[in-house]
Amino acid sequence: MAGAASALFLLDIKGRVLVWRDYRGDVTAVQAEKFFTKLIEKDGDPDTQSPVVCDNGVSYMFIQHNNVYLMTASRQNCNAASHLLFLHRVVDVFKHYFEELEEESLRDNFVVVYELLDEMMDFGYPQFTEAKILSEFIKTDAYRMEVTQRPPMAVTNAVSWRSEGIRYKKNEVFLDVVESVNILVNSNGQIIRSDVVGALKMRTYLSGMPECKLGLNDRVLLEAQGRSSKGKAIDLDDIKFHQCVRLARFENDRTIAFIPPDGSFDLMTYRLSTQVKPLIWVEAQVERHSRSRMEMMVKARSQFKERSTATNVEIELPVPCDATNPNLRTSMGSATYAPEKDALIWKIKSFSGGKEYMLRAEFSLPSVTDEDAAPERKAPIRVKFEIPYFTVSGIQVRYLKIIEKSGYQALPWVRYITMAGEYELRLI
Amino acid sequence: MSGHDSKYFSTTKKGEIPELKDELNSQYKDKRKDAVKKVIAAMTVGKDVSSLFTDVVNCMQTENLELKKLVYLYLINYAKSQPDLAILAVNTFVKDSQDPNPLIRALAVRTMGCIRVDKITEYLCDPLQKCLKDDDPYVRKTASICVAKLYDINAELVEDRGFLDTLKDLISDNNPMVVANAVAALAEIQENSTRPIFEITSNTLAKLLTALNECTEWGQVFILDALSKYKAADAREAENIVERVTPRLQHANCAVVLSAVKMILLQMELITSTDVVRNLCKKMAPPLVTLLSAEPEIQYVALRNINLIVQRRPTILAHEIKVFFCKYNDPIYVKMEKLEIMIKLASDRNIDQVLLEFKEYATEVDVDFVRKAVRAIGRCAIKLERAAERCISVLLELIKIKVNYVVQEAIIVIKDIFRRYPNTYESIIATLCESLDTLDEPEAKASMIWIIGEYAERIDNADELLESFLESFPEEPASVQLQLLTATVKLFLKKPTEGPQQMIQVVLNNATVETDNPDLRDRAYIYWRLLSTDPEAAKDVVLAEKPVISDDSNQIDSTLLDELLANIATLSSVYHKPPEAFVSRVKTAIQRPDDEEYPDGSETGYSETSSHAAESSGPAPTSSGTSPYAPTKQPGQAAGVAAPAAQMPDLLGDLIGLDNSLVPVDQPATPTGPPLPVLLPASSGEGLQISAQLTRRDGQIFYSMLFENNTQMALDGFMIQFNKNTFGLAAAGPLQVPQIQPGTSARTLLPMVLSQNVSPGPPSSVLQVAVKNNQQRVWYFNDKVSLLALLSEDGRMERADFLEKWKSLPDSNEVTKDLPGVVVNSVEATLDRLAASNMFFIAKRRHANQEVLYLSAKTSWGIPLLIELTAIVGIPGIKCAIKIPNLELAPLFFEATEAVLKG
Repeated sequence: MAGAASALFLLDIKGRVLVWRDYRGDVTAVQAEKFFTKLIEKDGDPDTQSPVVCDNGVSYMFIQHNNVYLMTASRQNCNAASHLLFLHRVVDVFKHYFEELEEESLRDNFVVVYELLDEMMDFGYPQFTEAKILSEFIKTDAYRMEVTQRPPMAVTNAVSWRSEGIRYKKNEVFLDVVESVNILVNSNGQIIRSDVVGALKMRTYLSGMPECKLGLNDRVLLEAQGRSSKGKAIDLDDIKFHQCVRLARFENDRTIAFIPPDGSFDLMTYRLSTQVKPLIWVEAQVERHSRSRMEMMVKARSQFKERSTATNVEIELPVPCDATNPNLRTSMGSATYAPEKDALIWKIKSFSGGKEYMLRAEFSLPSVTDEDAAPERKAPIRVKFEIPYFTVSGIQVRYLKIIEKSGYQALPWVRYITMAGEYELRLI
Repeated sequence: MSGHDSKYFSTTKKGEIPELKDELNSQYKDKRKDAVKKVIAAMTVGKDVSSLFTDVVNCMQTENLELKKLVYLYLINYAKSQPDLAILAVNTFVKDSQDPNPLIRALAVRTMGCIRVDKITEYLCDPLQKCLKDDDPYVRKTASICVAKLYDINAELVEDRGFLDTLKDLISDNNPMVVANAVAALAEIQENSTRPIFEITSNTLAKLLTALNECTEWGQVFILDALSKYKAADAREAENIVERVTPRLQHANCAVVLSAVKMILLQMELITSTDVVRNLCKKMAPPLVTLLSAEPEIQYVALRNINLIVQRRPTILAHEIKVFFCKYNDPIYVKMEKLEIMIKLASDRNIDQVLLEFKEYATEVDVDFVRKAVRAIGRCAIKLERAAERCISVLLELIKIKVNYVVQEAIIVIKDIFRRYPNTYESIIATLCESLDTLDEPEAKASMIWIIGEYAERIDNADELLESFLESFPEEPASVQLQLLTATVKLFLKKPTEGPQQMIQVVLNNATVETDNPDLRDRAYIYWRLLSTDPEAAKDVVLAEKPVISDDSNQIDSTLLDELLANIATLSSVYHKPPEAFVSRVKTAIQRPDDEEYPDGSETGYSETSSHAAESSGPAPTSSGTSPYAPTKQPGQAAGVAAPAAQMPDLLGDLIGLDNSLVPVDQPATPTGPPLPVLLPASSGEGLQISAQLTRRDGQIFYSMLFENNTQMALDGFMIQFNKNTFGLAAAGPLQVPQIQPGTSARTLLPMVLSQNVSPGPPSSVLQVAVKNNQQRVWYFNDKVSLLALLSEDGRMERADFLEKWKSLPDSNEVTKDLPGVVVNSVEATLDRLAASNMFFIAKRRHANQEVLYLSAKTSWGIPLLIELTAIVGIPGIKCAIKIPNLELAPLFFEATEAVLKG
């Protein structure tokens, strides 16, 4: 099942090759360009095209970022998951180097791009994608030194994400616990999907090679330690760790132990599929008076405790694409008509728990439509919000121990926040 | 940190090349560097700058790493077009490979490997040898991959210079990155070689599992993928491996997770403890679900794989159907795959919610997605008998919305529902007829016409409805014409009145004289003759009972599924095709025994993958081979020709061809079956490998054999001898095997007979075989006789006979066995499978949620077997009981049944 990429292409929005790196000499740029331009011409909208396509014995895998496509080509049965993920990592690395990855920045940095492609992949096998470490030995013009560099130890070390000899005056760690609530409510008002995806986002400013240990109120762990934990412990459905966490150790005794990378990274993500009550509930009644006028009555209700407050609440209400002359009234916040989105945006800066607000809107519908016309695109109501100092899961960081051989004291800062993820309520 | 390299692109003066030449030869370092950058910029935009080869190579000897990299890059691109000049670079390469800086050593050996010029390759060997043993792991990891590069260019050189052994040593390297790259290189070399080069022993296994904990995420993928080839010796070892791999499910890298899932699934096949298996299924579900939060492209790969996984292990995600509900912003390719999985996971428990979703999707804007959603409703109706009515009412609601393509799609699936549940839902026909005028797609039209013909006696104005189509007969596409022909004949047979009589004349005239489509003409003439000679016979043929269609949601054949599951995360699992169907560069020497199983796969483009085939609902049993134009989906045709054919094989046998007419169309015409088991491995046969198995074809027993010659000489004069055995099996003729050249193979079918020459003593399934040839000594090996090959075609029993036999045999002759690993997903499919193996269905009854099936069979020497199977659909585990005069046959029988049901 060995399989590797033949070449990696960076293409512009029309599918023309900007830069490419040939790894095996069995797929040409002309061939790839021909295939890909045909593909996007045919579909117009490349979104509809599945990201793995076989053409003439060559398999192409691609992703899009801004106005650039990244694509690998292979003649073998290569690992598609790994290649597509690799392309996403290439984006991350380029973003680290050039701030943003787009056609312009590729042209401006093609020398480094070639160097990176040479280092990140060899003979079509993904090799190394840690941007921080790469930038220690592949530098852009401004930072380039004439002295020859050596590969950082980290490239081949077991700890491939952190170099030795990092120094900070003040050793600090910031830990953000961010939970996104995903919810899908169908047109009958039933919650058909709800889950919470959490992430522990870390920013570390630590000297040396610190050993960290993180303690959570994880039920499995607490029970294993024989601690009674009344209502405080939580069950996490699926946990995913950054590669710095020792997985075998976690499997053994549920200890989260790691040497962190320098700077920001996601230490872990987890998922909870327990049904949660929608934090903000939106109901919309749409009435069509005759054929040319419609009225909308929207109720938004916060269903969390009064001491919490949701901020930056934004409710996107779909309206027909020909709506004009909006007449909007709200009991709180402000509403604007965004014709480019065919939607009404209702913004509420601060929405405390247990409150209910209303919006009334009237539109004229000038178009004359055929009775039997195909149905219009039915977009759902979408809600965005943030609730600081609150997590749905009740996850708590019990401790974050940092031990380094120099024996410094490090300060951990922990923040909690809940926000809306894919929060969709289908219209009735 | 943004650069300003774009300025290098902007030299468009006329004398560009000479100008660059001057600059490249400048005495100033910076100017030379800028010039090389301009050359690379020109190369990037596709200009031919190969004429500057010598000048660029002259810049190669530099202390400046950036400049060196650019020159190397230039060399990779143009060395092939200037092979003679490329030799100029060799000295610098060799020098660089000894540089004190490991970055430069690695760079040199990495680049040399990319230059596919023979002359350079010769000089690569010495530096590579050194670099493989370099002190610095960065150099060693680069050199490991370079061995694979060299093997790709010149395999012999790699073997002669002993690089393979050095590479194998690197598996024990103390650096995990080096280990991972060595594994990747070895796996690739193995893939392209016919000799065993990289065989994972339990010793390597241990080393690799340890390295797994330490290497980079990409390295973990290499190792897991390579290890998935490892076959554990027993259940215990499998459990140990799984235990070491499961922590990987927690990795943030989706590719690591998928490769870990692949390994666990493969090892699970060996694990016998149901508790362990259940536990593993439980452990795998959350990570699989989490894959759906990844980037859409990764989700797509994950979904294609989950599609395969749920076919093998439906329980893993049985309770997770909600995570496959489509989100508004999902790209269409993700939505399509989610839909496919929703159908697979739909059950009586969740069908209401699923239908609500499908209904929602059917009102979206993307036409393809909407159609697929409508089709999904139909497929659920066919799959879930108890939900069929609810599915139909949703379809009717959708028809009422009157969106043209929704109506047409709904009619197509309703036709399939009618075929699945005949004479159950005709009350809705009136509603369907209302939409008659809006139909403009051939498939929808054909479906509607089929419905009218099939239920002509219940539709008062069936003749008027059909007549309205007849006017445009000559303009209709062939599929509609065929349907019209059959439907009119049906109408006439059901209502032989004046109107239909006139219609039939018009149609027959149109379909014989006026057409140049041979399919249509042939069918029309057959009907014509039938009608004119014997209308009663015509009734028997045209109105014969049709075979019932079944759920096709687990459509992938079991052996293919095995192969695809072994390829999880790879392209093969995304395409749902075996690797050899799309990989062009494969080893050439050994022809894989199952190559011929996928004759179309390799020719047609990927776009017609099996998943697309799956979109076509209810597979109509198609009469194979009657015509090259035979459309694949034609209920009417199937109804008219194939069904009676099954009952009259003698009469129509020559028309239908030799194969069993009930074989689904996607199976090959000549049954090759799964790969044969190896009985004499090459290692014990001094290079000769023999695989063989008893099979049964057309009522005769054959010994299907495959000889693979891995020796250095040609082998000929093959002979075979069977020892006396319980069954009296012996060869019916001499073994006919041509001379086999080294590196090639030969297949043969040896006809067998059952003689009276039976070995005395207790019965045994062992078949002792001796094979000799002119070049080697005599080889002895043992085969195990499968009862499957010995069940005769005439084992069908009348119900009364069965009951009587059952009663006449004492209870002591009844043996029961549980087959825990077997799942019955659909009773029909299971019965079909059993029937194909000559175990015939007699009756079934339902007991609580259990299905109890009664079947009969007969051995070739006349011993009847009475079979009772008890199973719960969809739940693994099946109880198998038989009554039989000779109890010794029971264990053999259980083995055979298990083999059939596991596929």
